[in-house]
Amino acid sequence: MSEGLTALWLSAQLAAITTALLLLIGTPLAWWLANTTSRWKPLVQSIVAMPIVLPPTVLGFYLLILLGPNGAIGSFWVSLTGNALTFTFTGLVIASCVYSLPFAVQPLASVFESVGRQELEAARTLGAGRIDAFVSVIVPLSAHGYLSAIVLAFAHTLGEFGVVLMVGGSIPGETRVIAIEIFDRVETLDYGLAHGLSALLLAFAFVILVTMYVVNRRLARR
Amino acid sequence: MTERIDFHYSLERGDFSLDVEASLAMRGITGVFGPSGAGKTTLLRCIAGLESAARGRLAIGGDVLDDDSHRTPTDRRRIGYVFQEPRLFPHLDVRRNLEYGAKRAESNSGFSFDETVEILRLGSLLDRRPSRLSGGEAQRVAIGRALLSSPRLVLMDEPVTALDMESRTEVLPFIEALHAKAAIPILYVSHSVDETLRLCDDLLVLDGGRKLAHGDLSDVLTRRDLPVLSGEEAGSVLAATFLEYDENFDLTRAEAAGGELLLPGELDSSRPIRIRIRANDVSLSLTEASDTSILNKLVASVEAIDDDSPHSVLVRLRCGGEALSARITRRSLEELRIAPGARVIAQIKSVSVRSGRL
Repeated sequence: MSEGLTALWLSAQLAAITTALLLLIGTPLAWWLANTTSRWKPLVQSIVAMPIVLPPTVLGFYLLILLGPNGAIGSFWVSLTGNALTFTFTGLVIASCVYSLPFAVQPLASVFESVGRQELEAARTLGAGRIDAFVSVIVPLSAHGYLSAIVLAFAHTLGEFGVVLMVGGSIPGETRVIAIEIFDRVETLDYGLAHGLSALLLAFAFVILVTMYVVNRRLARR
Repeated sequence: MTERIDFHYSLERGDFSLDVEASLAMRGITGVFGPSGAGKTTLLRCIAGLESAARGRLAIGGDVLDDDSHRTPTDRRRIGYVFQEPRLFPHLDVRRNLEYGAKRAESNSGFSFDETVEILRLGSLLDRRPSRLSGGEAQRVAIGRALLSSPRLVLMDEPVTALDMESRTEVLPFIEALHAKAAIPILYVSHSVDETLRLCDDLLVLDGGRKLAHGDLSDVLTRRDLPVLSGEEAGSVLAATFLEYDENFDLTRAEAAGGELLLPGELDSSRPIRIRIRANDVSLSLTEASDTSILNKLVASVEAIDDDSPHSVLVRLRCGGEALSARITRRSLEELRIAPGARVIAQIKSVSVRSGRL
């Protein structure tokens, strides 16, 4: 059971760190997508959406090459820190950020498109700079978009399997996340623990989605 | 006072183009008047720095904000903006909406928080969310919020147009009160002559993105060469002085250049009175009828007769040195044989009183 808990804790850490990073990266990216008239917009939109349609093993394969000691990012990382990125937790965080990017960016972009354009102008005339006005007006008015982005990015990262298997392998406490743990249990015919962990994930996914929809309904009514 | 607000903006957008240059006094309310599509809102947005495609120059009291090489971002201009809709921040209560601009202002010139709350009567609303305010209340908060950001110029874009009649009569007195108390210049967009007449000192008339006229309100409103002031809004502005108040009938007797007038309500005896008479409210007769409900009759001479519509004409009158116009039917014109030089009695059905209101 303790192995199950280790995997669960690892997954939770991975999902939390990935979600936090995705909010930082996703906010400016989503704002740009919501406001730009650039002809590059469809291209950027497509790149952001790729992880939704791409088989995780394909994404994982390219990430493995890119993050590997001879890959563009991997070799840079080695020269910087002396450590490899593949089969490490840091490598998993980077891979998860790519894998879950659309689940953070898309809800944010759609809420940014609909919210606060007029209030933003009012804030600027009241002396708020660009970033100040964004943080004090757009972010609070986009609360339900942020909630969706957090829930979807977190839950999606928690459930990832293919990408992790390709990039991270199955090192206990380092890269053996919960989905891998369940797979290993089934492989070794340990159905008891597989049942326990699966039921836990099922319940978690259901509760978190119900919570999201209920809170979003409240926010929309406000 | 030599300091002025000078601007010259141009903007092309599709088949609309704006090119307006003007110089405003550093105090008082300047009305920006014109039909819809005249470029009134666009001009205000240029001045506020909200139109990125605009090119031009803006200087407030010698401080250059926009020119060919430099544009000051909106948040550094210290120009307050009251939009047509209140645009309050829905996630903040009234107090924090009011404080939003004040917190970000470098200096605190003009009104204090308490003064603003007092003048705009916002005391009982401070803890409410914007969604719990009526239209008139929300617009009062928006005006207060703009004033508290210590602006050196306030732009108001038809702040009462979206309101119902009741809320409108609720908000207008507050703008009048501001005018009396504040030295901040205000640019006030309106398409209602009566509103303009009530609030403004000067008038800037726009049509099709161009300046048609700019100057003292009475001078501009009595000009006849402005197409936007014809039609329903055609009329004239007269100056009058207070004579006495008749308590029995709640009427004020006032002396105008062409004779005495009876005006509704009690007016301030110490202030000059300005009244507006719409051409639609003036009828003409050749003799002084005594059996009529109309109180105000002025002796006038006909100066000219302008074509107006297939069935009506605009008769330009001179009345003790002041201009007056009357809209009558072509049939009446013929029956009464009214021609330039004729002496007529102008019967005035109703007047709107501008200043001098108590």
